[in-house]
Amino acid sequence: MSSHESNYKPTSRFGKWLDDRLPVGRLMHGQFVDFPTPRNLNYWWTFGGILTFCLVAQLVTGIVLAMHYQPSAAEAFNSVDHIRRDVNYGWMIQAMHATGSSMFFLAAYIHLFRGLYYGSYKAPREILWILGVFIILAMMATAFMGYSLPWGQMSFWAVTVITNLFSSLDSIIPGVGTAIVQWLWGGYSVSGSTLNRFFALHYLLPFVIVGLVALHIWALHVVGQNNPAGLDIKTKSDSVPMYPYAVAKDAVGLFAFLLVFAWFVFFLPDYLGHADNFIEANPLVTPPHIVPEWYFLPYYAILRAVPSKLGGVILMFASIAILAFAPWLDTARVRSSKYRPIYKWFFWLFVFTCLALGYLGAKPAEGSYVAWARVFTAYYFLHFIVVMPILGLIETPKKLPGSITEDVLGPGAGKGATAGAAAAPETR
Amino acid sequence: MTKTLTKSLGFAAAVALAGAVVVTPAISAESGGEHHIAHQQWSFAGFFGHYDKDQLQRGFRVYKDVCAACHGLSRVAFRNLVENGGPEFPEESVKALAAEWPNQITDGPDDEGKMFQRPAKLSDRILGPYKNEKEARAAQNGALPPDLSLMTRARNTHNEAAWPMHILLMARDIATGYQEGGANYVYALLTGYHEAPAGFKLADGMNYNVAFPGNQVAMPNVLDGGPVNYADGQEKYEGPKASQEQNARDVSAFLSWAADTSLNERKRIGWQVMLYLLITTILLFVAKKRLWAKFH
Amino acid sequence: MSSHAEESNRRDFLVIAANAFAGVGAAVTLWPFIQQMNPDKSALALASTEVDLSPVKEGQAITVMWRGKPVFIRNRTADEVKSAQDVPVKELPDDVARNENLAADAPATDQNRTAKGHENWLVVIGICTHLGCIPKGQALGDAKGDYGGWFCPCHGSHYDTAARIRKGPAPRNLDVPPFAFISDTKIKIG
Repeated sequence: MSSHESNYKPTSRFGKWLDDRLPVGRLMHGQFVDFPTPRNLNYWWTFGGILTFCLVAQLVTGIVLAMHYQPSAAEAFNSVDHIRRDVNYGWMIQAMHATGSSMFFLAAYIHLFRGLYYGSYKAPREILWILGVFIILAMMATAFMGYSLPWGQMSFWAVTVITNLFSSLDSIIPGVGTAIVQWLWGGYSVSGSTLNRFFALHYLLPFVIVGLVALHIWALHVVGQNNPAGLDIKTKSDSVPMYPYAVAKDAVGLFAFLLVFAWFVFFLPDYLGHADNFIEANPLVTPPHIVPEWYFLPYYAILRAVPSKLGGVILMFASIAILAFAPWLDTARVRSSKYRPIYKWFFWLFVFTCLALGYLGAKPAEGSYVAWARVFTAYYFLHFIVVMPILGLIETPKKLPGSITEDVLGPGAGKGATAGAAAAPETR
Repeated sequence: MTKTLTKSLGFAAAVALAGAVVVTPAISAESGGEHHIAHQQWSFAGFFGHYDKDQLQRGFRVYKDVCAACHGLSRVAFRNLVENGGPEFPEESVKALAAEWPNQITDGPDDEGKMFQRPAKLSDRILGPYKNEKEARAAQNGALPPDLSLMTRARNTHNEAAWPMHILLMARDIATGYQEGGANYVYALLTGYHEAPAGFKLADGMNYNVAFPGNQVAMPNVLDGGPVNYADGQEKYEGPKASQEQNARDVSAFLSWAADTSLNERKRIGWQVMLYLLITTILLFVAKKRLWAKFH
Repeated sequence: MSSHAEESNRRDFLVIAANAFAGVGAAVTLWPFIQQMNPDKSALALASTEVDLSPVKEGQAITVMWRGKPVFIRNRTADEVKSAQDVPVKELPDDVARNENLAADAPATDQNRTAKGHENWLVVIGICTHLGCIPKGQALGDAKGDYGGWFCPCHGSHYDTAARIRKGPAPRNLDVPPFAFISDTKIKIG
């Protein structure tokens, strides 16, 4: 993959034998032991590892829950209650899975904003970035279908409202939207058939995510990691071997993240959910406020900010699709916002916009809430189609450090013998 | 690296400080809110929270003597009343209670192919008086007394304060591990019956309640008919004196347990896990520091 | 130089401690994921069953479910009891009582297969000890085998009126589950 030498030497006879036939050990050693990582990475870079953990944790807890869950309209709610009350440690595993989806999105959004701040989408990392956008989309589909499975009131009405978005296509070709919605439902309304297929797809999609993540990591290991300075690795002293250095740092980040995760699992398992989902689905009664999970709130605010049904749907999907174009919309010569004195402010304005949209998504769609949602929706898109292209052309970046080594040790460093020797891979 | 860390630590400290300063007056300001659902202290809230066994026993008495006339508890089994982390009644007394429970279990078919009623056993659920929604509505003038098994979890966990107090109270609840909004609601409902204010149009058969959305609730002020006696049948009783307020508090606690039977185990394992994670994070951090020392 | 060595020792110790902590945590996390597959609380709650024997007349048998398994309960006639009592233990292929209420090495006498004072009642788990089929012999018209008890149609095992294996491939007598009479007409299994 990437152009570094692997000093993999199988130690056992079996290792040698295997290396001649299936060099999987060599591949792993080259990619996850010797792999050169920039020495100036900060803790925001540990979220890649954290996300890998989240994916595995969701898979494991999910498969366990599927051993006890029953995907039928009659039994789904009861079986989830049964998991929480009677299955050994079921309350823990269910809380890990439900809270886990929130934690997964939390980590994914931090990872995404880190990429935006440090320009990780810029050449040559365009494909890496676009794969990330696909992963977010697949995560959203998975989370949405997973949320339907407990078959509570919020599950049922979230499915009803979101699947009904497709009926907006009726305004283009009459009948097409309705046909698609009925095809999704397997009936004339959301029913047990809908639940059953959502369960099947919810089980399938995570494995699609695994595939996308494998491509994402592959692409990462071809072009190498970006870093806070946004510079490329040029000399040996610019990088450290992934093991043990980056791994040790990732471990610290992961465990610190687990502290937050465990706090919600053990002390606030209901906090991130919605109380209405503890009432069994009732097709005759809609809850007074239908609110999605927190990680969908910004998109929900965008959807409701637009007065036209179809327009809202298009804008909502566009808000994610536009991320994929960031590599070409950003015209700046430097990657990292650290060296962009003006853009830095716009970046934080963008972060604030996303948080504000999240807040407004949780509020009823009326009065000044809608007005503010329109303002922030407008800036969300302006950031990409106006600020990114124009600012890149007119802004004068600050002076970059000469190398990654200089970024860590200060100007002039990296040429002396000390730093070079220290950064040589350990052979222990 | 150290600089970034110091910076982020400083930032976190500033946020915490600002939070502490603003949240403290916020708590006292909250009780006059629109929804009249006050923040309550519960033995089972927070990091060290666990159910008070005696309170759950008292709460069950209130449920049995008052609520059970209309409401079922059909996701809770009699055996749960014996298990650790619950009211922990003696097994023999729960067996007797189950056998005498007025709402019997439909079993069968028997040898003649007919369904029959039999007394409940430990493994059976605590049923309410109505077989289905239609029967309940017919008996209650069209109102449906909901099953109470998940009631405290099915009511809003989050505070409803206005911006920006909302965010600050959220931060307080997250930091203290408080998600007892459902218990607060049940308590507020049971103590929220008042004379309707002048000009308020109360529909026939409805009751005015400050905690209920819309302020009209079909359920009457059931705890009004004299408090449920706690001492009855006990030789030496040293618990709190029965009062309407105490009844409401105890039954709210009992229903919280009914909705979340594993809370004691959850929080016990929880603090062990937190302790473990904290130590390991610090160890990993120190190890990482040493490993990286030569690169800075 | 010594301070250098000391430092590297300390570093090694720290790294080992941190790794050990993380590793132990991962191992402990496995526990709930293994435990969740064991019978849950609601299944354990059904672990005992009470059975009313009053409708079962002499010579009749009923089958009840206990932990998802069939339990044969037969109200034996005096002849059936006598024929079971008359068999010398040493003639039996399996001379151990297989009664959970008694010691593991109790001999397979008819007394040891039943409860004291209720010798006419035989309570056994109705699963052939060969490969888990359900023997015939509960219904009136069933083949009861060469010894008047039960007959397993899968591989031809014959059980006598005390449900002891007499002929065929089954290695053991039918198991007597843990049970007790809580009144003259009521038993509790489990």
